[in-house]
Amino acid sequence: MASNFSIKHQPGFTAIAATCFVVLYLPIAVLVIYAFNAASSTSEWGGFSLRWFQSAYQNTQVIDATLRSFQIGSIAAVLSTIFATMAALATTRTASYPGLTFKYAAINQPLMVPEIVTGVALLIFFSRIKIFTGYSGLGYLIAAHTAFCIPFAYLPIRARLENMDLTLERAAADLYATPWKTFRRITLPLLWPGILAGLMLAFVISLDDVVITEFVKSGGQDTLPTYMLGQIRRGITPEINAISTAFLLLSVAIVTLFFFVSRKRD
Amino acid sequence: MATAEEVAKAAERRDVRDRWLLSAPALLVIFLAATGPLLIVLVYSFLTPGAYGDVKWQFSSDAWTSVLLERDIFDDTLSLAAAHVTIFLRSIKLAVVTTIATLALGFPTAYFMATRSEKTRDLWLFLITIPFWTNLLIRTFAVLQIIRNEGIINTILLKLGIVSAPVQILYTDTAILIGMAYVYLPLMVLPIYASMEKLDFRLVEAGYDLYATRFRVLRRIIFPLVKPGVIAGSILVFIPALGAYVTPSVLGGGKNMMLSNLIELQFGQGRNWPLGSALSITVMIIVMVALLAYVRNAGKSGVRHG
Repeated sequence: MASNFSIKHQPGFTAIAATCFVVLYLPIAVLVIYAFNAASSTSEWGGFSLRWFQSAYQNTQVIDATLRSFQIGSIAAVLSTIFATMAALATTRTASYPGLTFKYAAINQPLMVPEIVTGVALLIFFSRIKIFTGYSGLGYLIAAHTAFCIPFAYLPIRARLENMDLTLERAAADLYATPWKTFRRITLPLLWPGILAGLMLAFVISLDDVVITEFVKSGGQDTLPTYMLGQIRRGITPEINAISTAFLLLSVAIVTLFFFVSRKRD
Repeated sequence: MATAEEVAKAAERRDVRDRWLLSAPALLVIFLAATGPLLIVLVYSFLTPGAYGDVKWQFSSDAWTSVLLERDIFDDTLSLAAAHVTIFLRSIKLAVVTTIATLALGFPTAYFMATRSEKTRDLWLFLITIPFWTNLLIRTFAVLQIIRNEGIINTILLKLGIVSAPVQILYTDTAILIGMAYVYLPLMVLPIYASMEKLDFRLVEAGYDLYATRFRVLRRIIFPLVKPGVIAGSILVFIPALGAYVTPSVLGGGKNMMLSNLIELQFGQGRNWPLGSALSITVMIIVMVALLAYVRNAGKSGVRHG
């Protein structure tokens, strides 16, 4: 009896955990299955078919919104990753200096405020600028996405930097490498996995955003999530399931990649 | 000639200056497209609504008065605005219940994950991370398909003869609650797991050696040690739940508004931007209070855990 006693056991915990994992995946599984439904309604099964994928692919609004999402996402991800890398270099591997705490707070500020508040704030601010300058392009969405992606890109880059000591950089400097050369040949290659992880995280966060985009976008600037929100509010067709399934596949691919990049130790 | 000390000081000053220059672009973008506009919201909350949206540049504290009060149109007396109070209480209640529900489910899940062997832990972590990274709108939509009248839950209940007509879950507070608990669960599990992973099970063993029961070990040893993770998870769930927009819009229908929907209304049909601004600031104040409580708690427990 005593030999079977497991110190790690807690009654019911395994059952709750199992339920959690099932419940997390069940709705997603149903959603994906119904994307392959031949019937026109989402409440009955009419056999296997790819018709809803085809119909989504032929829907110019869907394609437009997807391309816009990718455009905003890639520009915002690249910009926020560059800025986050610079900021991470400026805030790690140093003794505390005046303003360091302020920088941490400022960089993480977008995480502390509910999205709805940021959305409203940007709506007001950008509508003023629109009246003032007459410009109403994608620039506003890109600026907004870059701002809220910075703290996400910053996380893995900072984590990576904190695990790198300055020995190699000091050695390079001893061998008369210029600061720029040291950065290019030593710091950047070592930091690269963190930067890649930050880039992917920023891209996914931008791609997923609904609330801020909903408030900032001008007419005809729907991204894929805001287009889907509009459709879901109007009533659902299996086409939304098909779009969601494609979107899911992309997210899972990126997470898998992220997992391997950020877990790689050397 | 500069002394060595002066040279070192100058180098340090240069280093700090360079570090400011390096962080300038990130700080500037965040100030322009996140922090700065919040100040404008504060200014707008003290202005007069314009006839077609936007504002007139005329000071007024009406917006702040009408966050919770309403003026009688006949005798000008102030009374509690029942509609707003209802929405405030509903939002806070739903956010608190969501936090408790995700904690009740997430704590055992994190414990389960942390007690697996080193090799399989990564797999479980991966399984929690996927939903976390999956679009929130898509996950909400997935919940909608499960709980609606023609959904899988009602179909099973009808087929088994447990109910004779579909149970109306969609477009109720329960639907919002189920949806929020579902989408925010990973946010609770991940920080608790991070604390739990570092848990030293020799302490648990010591507890059993001293004849503690399982529940006592859980309450007096495990829970206090992972408390920072529990607090972090609760904050991570409470903040987005309080300001939730997507979940109540999709699962709550038009009637069951939460704070975010009330705010959106003021910038749309309501055409009362100052009131929308005042409501936004109010949401932020509630969040700040929650964050301060967190910082104070984290500070206290930080002493013991280094």
